[in-house]
Amino acid sequence: MDEIDKRILIETQINFPLCKRPFKVLADRFGITEEEVLCKIRRLKRKGFIRRISPSFDSRRLGFVSTLIAMKVPKEKIEDVANIVNRYDGVTHNYERQYEYNLWFTLISESNERLEEIINGIKEKTGIDQILNLPSLRVFKIDVNLIL
Amino acid sequence: MLNDLDRKVIQCLQEDLPVVKEPFKEIAKNLKVDEERLLTKINGYIKEGIIRRFGATLNHRLLGFKANALVVWRVPKERIQAIGSLMASINEVSHCYERATTSCWNYNLFTMIHARSKRVCEGIIRDISEKIKIKDYKIIYSIKEFKKSPMKYWTTFE
Repeated sequence: MDEIDKRILIETQINFPLCKRPFKVLADRFGITEEEVLCKIRRLKRKGFIRRISPSFDSRRLGFVSTLIAMKVPKEKIEDVANIVNRYDGVTHNYERQYEYNLWFTLISESNERLEEIINGIKEKTGIDQILNLPSLRVFKIDVNLIL
Repeated sequence: MLNDLDRKVIQCLQEDLPVVKEPFKEIAKNLKVDEERLLTKINGYIKEGIIRRFGATLNHRLLGFKANALVVWRVPKERIQAIGSLMASINEVSHCYERATTSCWNYNLFTMIHARSKRVCEGIIRDISEKIKIKDYKIIYSIKEFKKSPMKYWTTFE
């Protein structure tokens, strides 16, 4: 990765131009051609460094509800429980973490009732009832990494 | 309020932006709306806070961040705003949220901190702790990613 790749990773996270020729605007910022920027970004995506370019919506503003769930899962059951959790469409992130609560996932749903239903479904299917439901109250920063 | 066109626009925008010269022209064509109108809509969503951020999502681990920690802090209610804003200004912090507490969970400020090693990560966390004068925190490293996929609003529920 060269210096311009790093600048691309930063700019595309926080200053992505929302205009007819966004990659041309980026190219002008870096002093290279539009073709070169397209090439570089395609390569960064192919290599997996950029997962995607898309908007992050405020789910609440779209009429949805979201929360973070933490579960205490016996180590030997973690894969099975993670698979059960992953099957729900509203689960967007799901990680095993090094802590007594060792499975953490985010859940988005169309209503609080549906959210409860999903949580109860997960409890039933996994037999685990040590679950924390931690909805967000305020957002200060969302998925920006500028140290490259 | 969002109308039917907004819903359609949002559904299309949830897909990965095509890396072509005129990406919004393609999306506009699929939506059968004018490109100008689409761009006005998108910029409007940002102004209204419906879109929090429009841009790239990176793979931290692939980029060499081997230590990815959820760090949870117990912050007095009246200091949340100031500390949350400070956290947001720290480059190593990628996410910062205030979250609800429960009878078995007291930590109310959640941050994600990324570093090349646990040693570096814990140095950053110590610095933050000193700066905000909060000693009650927990470092919860991620071990394995089971899922990371963008939300598909409406499409998944229909």
